[in-house]
Amino acid sequence: MTKVEAVTRRTFLEAGLSLGGALLVGFHMPSADAAVATGEKAVFAPNAFIRIDATGKITLIMPQVEMGQGIYTAIAMILAEELDAAFDQVVVEAAPPNDKLYANPTFGLQVTGNSNSVRAFWMPLRKAAAGARAKLVQAAAQIWKVDAAGIRTDSSTAFHDTSGRRLSYAALIERANGLTAPQNPTLKDPKDFKLIGKPLKRLDTPDKVNGKVVYSIDVMPPGVKFATLAACPVFGGKVGTVDDSKAKALPGVRQVVVLDDLVAVVGDHMWAAKQGLAALNVTWNEGANASISSADVWKQVRAASQQEGAVAKTQGDAAKGLSQGELHEAVYEMPFLAHATMEPLNCTVHVTPTSCEVWVGIQVLSRAQAAAAKVTGLSLDKVTVHNQLIGGGFGRRLETDFIEKAVLIAKQVDGPVKVVYTREEDIQHDVYRPVYVDRISASLSNGRIVGWKHRIAGSAVIARWLPPAFQKGIDIDAIDSAADMPYDIPNLRVEYVRDEPPAVPTGFWRGVGPNNNVFAIETFIDELAKKSNKDPVAFRRDHLGKAPRLKAALDLAAEKAGWGTPLPARTGRGVGVQVAFGSFIAAVTQAQVDENGAVRLQRIVMAVDTGIVVNPDTVIAQLQGGMVFGLTAALYGDISIKKGRVQQSNFHDYRMLRINEMPQIEVHVIKSGEAPGGIGEAGTTAAPAALGNALFAATGIRLRRLPIDRDVLSGKKPA
Amino acid sequence: MITLKINGESKTVDAPPDVPLLWVLRDLLGMTGTKFGCGIAQCGACTVHLDGVAVRSCVLSIGNIGQRSITTIEGVGNSATGSRVQKAWLDIEVIQCGYCQSGQIMSASALLSATPHPSDADIDAAMAGNICRCGTYVRIREAIKKAAQAV
Repeated sequence: MTKVEAVTRRTFLEAGLSLGGALLVGFHMPSADAAVATGEKAVFAPNAFIRIDATGKITLIMPQVEMGQGIYTAIAMILAEELDAAFDQVVVEAAPPNDKLYANPTFGLQVTGNSNSVRAFWMPLRKAAAGARAKLVQAAAQIWKVDAAGIRTDSSTAFHDTSGRRLSYAALIERANGLTAPQNPTLKDPKDFKLIGKPLKRLDTPDKVNGKVVYSIDVMPPGVKFATLAACPVFGGKVGTVDDSKAKALPGVRQVVVLDDLVAVVGDHMWAAKQGLAALNVTWNEGANASISSADVWKQVRAASQQEGAVAKTQGDAAKGLSQGELHEAVYEMPFLAHATMEPLNCTVHVTPTSCEVWVGIQVLSRAQAAAAKVTGLSLDKVTVHNQLIGGGFGRRLETDFIEKAVLIAKQVDGPVKVVYTREEDIQHDVYRPVYVDRISASLSNGRIVGWKHRIAGSAVIARWLPPAFQKGIDIDAIDSAADMPYDIPNLRVEYVRDEPPAVPTGFWRGVGPNNNVFAIETFIDELAKKSNKDPVAFRRDHLGKAPRLKAALDLAAEKAGWGTPLPARTGRGVGVQVAFGSFIAAVTQAQVDENGAVRLQRIVMAVDTGIVVNPDTVIAQLQGGMVFGLTAALYGDISIKKGRVQQSNFHDYRMLRINEMPQIEVHVIKSGEAPGGIGEAGTTAAPAALGNALFAATGIRLRRLPIDRDVLSGKKPA
Repeated sequence: MITLKINGESKTVDAPPDVPLLWVLRDLLGMTGTKFGCGIAQCGACTVHLDGVAVRSCVLSIGNIGQRSITTIEGVGNSATGSRVQKAWLDIEVIQCGYCQSGQIMSASALLSATPHPSDADIDAAMAGNICRCGTYVRIREAIKKAAQAV
């Protein structure tokens, strides 16, 4: 998904941009100046991201949303680095919805996703901050009547060392406001970085230990009421009849809202709303999907995987390559997955005849505003969206379906209403990580792969979510990390077959396309190593001649994991490597399998080359946490369908990895001067294959389907 | 009318006795630090203390609380143990999205109050009811050990 060529790339505007619309919903660092008088005083706003006022307060506007990945801190570090701002004095604010000023350069709209915030904004933000700094330096040069070249900056202050003079940025802003930034401001040499590369404390966490942080579920506009909803349990079904007499008789229930495809109950608190919803007597017109089951989904996608697909990549002559040597083929399958963010879907809305105010945590802020405008019929300028810190996104909040529902409900309610999904509704009305079938064949000759064919069949999320990027039958996300896989193979063909599952809506899920592809490729490579009687690490090394950064990561992970040293019975190590999101990662997982097929995770060692690292502690945290997300899916994640409905409903039947099941996780970060890579999803995509390969090493049983099946591992069921 | 003792203060609420404490805290008292995650005591996001013991407020009816004192994330920092846990959470940089962390901190501080120097097995037993979707478990364990060392 890193090559969205069809999308307009917006340039970053400089100079004279009004920031009057910037929301003040951001949090503040506790150490920031308490007494700040803004307003009449001049504000230096050299671009959309930086404001310096006359008190010296530096406000950095965050184009990307914070959902736990540490991006507020990373973006603040990048801006403060080139601005030479005193980091302990900066304040960060969430950007308002505005694609012109705050679009993600990769997508041309405000999107936080695809692990690309640092990748996409790295150069634009450095240039923006360096340009602002150049103006401040120029202002100081004019005031002191000296050459700008003799001025240095540090800690929000300009210094003229030869004369011993200094001025704070605050003292320079009026003069700087009249100046023009250079077209190509000089960027720092990375060796001079003072902030980038240091494990600085996160800006968003202090209020997360004491209950003060406000997620959208915590927003309390005066007079707010509380609502919860039930959509037709069958995808695509509609409301039939509703008897609300019992619900309305309950204490605290205020109103019942009936829409085309859902019912909602509004009450004085969530409990009243929940009780009211349970007391409704609803019949549904279940519609065309009422007989769909998982078996139908699998039958369809397996059939699709037999068809020839659109060609995503070809090199050499795959057919010829496959006809030489020993042929090996395998099919891999991935299930539907729900996101299950810890903060259930929710959105607070206040609709009046002339306005709509929305409080929400969303990865697509401008789309949220547009969705509310569409549902209310109001123009964009009448729709205010307050973006809150997010209690888990993982791709679920790249969608605005829940905002549309909340606004539809709010249109029927007098005053503000907070619409909160129950966990059951959240899991049963998600947009699901698609099912995929991967068919891979390869031929081996003298321990080398000489031919390779990989066909991916599954939903094209891109075709719905970003239609201009869906070209020639290729979903650029579905083939990510497959078309550009790292092994040096002379004859290769990668195909994609679009298959939209019946009934079930699909969406992006942490790790996106590479989840599927890395699992299939890295499991298959392990199978090829076995067939060649080669060690899995050595076999990979032999084919990584053109991927030196990945090879270095593999060597480091293998060394740190003690690859090749003896292990007890039914215990194994598995390796997996990937180039995904611009990062090079190797993981070695050690796990034990008991006689019943129960898996005990023991140790995971990861090595990563992710280019220049902004905040090393965040990189480590994201890889640790991303790994847990992927392990959870591999061990437990499975959304199944019966009679057009999702069968899972809450954490008892849609299980999560818990602390008592955790292995040790070690992350080794390789120093690099390359451009930064993405890290938020890389741990997730690295998890399943390394685990599956460890289970093979432990038991000799190869799992080609996720989640892992304990009955297969125990030998009760054939693989 | 039911009177509850929350973080050392008496609060009277006009709600039926079967309402779970979670919704009284959040929606009637505006104490939103305690989080809704599942509603069936499976995730631990709603954890509070009842006389110092960790309980899931989503399944605790206010009519069953009586005179017992309630501590929430807003008040846990008033105790030496709670404050140590909060500090350890920041020192180790445990937190990502943070949504589950109120519950994690409440479970961890109840653990350390009862067992000042917990083993790994003690930590597993006390914390296995708290899900973290960001996967911060490695650091949660480390932070609990750090808070324990500070005693």
